[in-house]
Amino acid sequence: MGIAFYLVSVLTVAGGLAAVLLKNTVHCALAVTTAFAGLALLFLQLDAQFAGFAQILVYIGAVAILVVFAILLTRGSETPKGGVFSKTWLAGLAVAAAIFAVLGWAVLQVAGSLPQQNAAPAVTVNQIGEALMGRYVLPLEIIALLLTAALIGAVIVAMHEKEGD
Amino acid sequence: MIQTLDQIFVLLKHWLLNFLPAAWQPAVGVVLSVVCIIGVFPALFAFTTVLERKGIGRIQNRLGPNRVGPFGILQPIADGIKSLTKEDIVPLKADAAVHFLAPIVLVVAVFMGFAVLPMGRNMVLVDMDAGLLFYFAMGASTEVSVFMAGWSSRNKYSLLGAMRAVAQMISYEVALLLSSVVVVMMSGSLSLVKIVAAQNQYSWGLPHWYIFTPWGFAGALMFGIAATAETNRSPFDLPEGESELVAGYFTEYSGFKFALFFLGEYVAMFSIAGLGATLFLGGWSAPLAALQFIPSWMWFFGKLMVAMCVFIWMRGTLPRLRQDQLMNFAWKFVLPMCLLNLFVAGLWRFMGDGLLRWVICSAILILAYVGMGWGEMKRKHLGPRTYRYAE
Repeated sequence: MGIAFYLVSVLTVAGGLAAVLLKNTVHCALAVTTAFAGLALLFLQLDAQFAGFAQILVYIGAVAILVVFAILLTRGSETPKGGVFSKTWLAGLAVAAAIFAVLGWAVLQVAGSLPQQNAAPAVTVNQIGEALMGRYVLPLEIIALLLTAALIGAVIVAMHEKEGD
Repeated sequence: MIQTLDQIFVLLKHWLLNFLPAAWQPAVGVVLSVVCIIGVFPALFAFTTVLERKGIGRIQNRLGPNRVGPFGILQPIADGIKSLTKEDIVPLKADAAVHFLAPIVLVVAVFMGFAVLPMGRNMVLVDMDAGLLFYFAMGASTEVSVFMAGWSSRNKYSLLGAMRAVAQMISYEVALLLSSVVVVMMSGSLSLVKIVAAQNQYSWGLPHWYIFTPWGFAGALMFGIAATAETNRSPFDLPEGESELVAGYFTEYSGFKFALFFLGEYVAMFSIAGLGATLFLGGWSAPLAALQFIPSWMWFFGKLMVAMCVFIWMRGTLPRLRQDQLMNFAWKFVLPMCLLNLFVAGLWRFMGDGLLRWVICSAILILAYVGMGWGEMKRKHLGPRTYRYAE
């Protein structure tokens, strides 16, 4: 845990907080992009190159762009009069805290039962590829099928109705 | 002597580092390399702007810049001074913070790509195991900056330009990634250093560049198309189509911020040309075994400049596409060809050596290319052009 960890953590948490607290929707989307970048840096700090770069490629390159597109194409980025905060924010906070507590509890429970490793395991992209194509090929195929179905669905939704039919 | 010339920059760096205490050497070494990258590419950018304006001028039957210095070669210095001294105008309604950050994010993301490009033998900043993935991750981040620039300007032209640019970049990024995947399939590595090493072999004096195989040739063509679209160059320069959108997403930028966008665009071209050279043209390896005495970095930068000349040539030759043509081209032609190319690459890998795989793989690709072109012409009722009035 060097100083880099704390810097990146501050960046990520600040991005996440800004995404919730800022008023302008596009600012929120950009803040969440910062949080994604921070997460990617955290992955890289753990020597997980593949996860880190995939995080940037997918979350910044695709998800963030999708979010801003959705904002622009729907109702504009102007702040509504009544503010963007829901009236039931207290309940939301309680639910979020409860989920965080369960996750934290689960992580702490498992941490004791894992074998203690002194050195971080060196996993190359090559090994990840072989695992995906070998042991985990069925989940990969199922995800591929799901994505293909989603793609075809999107094309059908976007397709022009034939005039006169 | 040849060895020394080939490694001159590496040796120079080691010589400089020897003056420092051992503890500082790694950090200072990285800083030195970064400073070189940040210095060399803007210098090349300045040279390329003259080359482009002169070249386009010749193509359009005029002289191009010829006032500053002999033959106008000092034009970029004049341009630089002008953009530094110009007033920096920010629209009143613009989102000041995002408006300020957009060009910076663009330039930073673009320069990051050079970190993994091998520019000569032993001349790479970081030899990453997942170098190609890193490159594409950085390329994907530029889309955010384009959106930031367009949205924060509070200008309809800017926003339309940004929407066009982002839609185009997303569409062609799919093709860019898929056309590079064949190289990864063949070399079995995402590390750009290993990809170059796999191509740096010679038989009968000829190199094993991937472009000299059917799947490599098709992949290089698709990569070139996608790279042109990804850098918003003509004929895919709709995001900044001046007859429709003034200047696209950077309409509201002036002075040095505009210069940063300009720089970012050209440096992105250098970087993607360098990636293309690395993937398909053997990176820093010489085109003939007999030419290996020329230093490796000269070959890399030579290939880079040739690619830039092709970019300029295309800009002077081809008319701009329409938005629907652009999207149809990406999703209905480039993407299917890339997918087919993946299949062909697999076939090539498992057919073993011999002439048969050359014939079959080339035949599949040529048939698909001709068939798709023919089908599209039929569907649109396109035929030989007829002139009504000029017969």
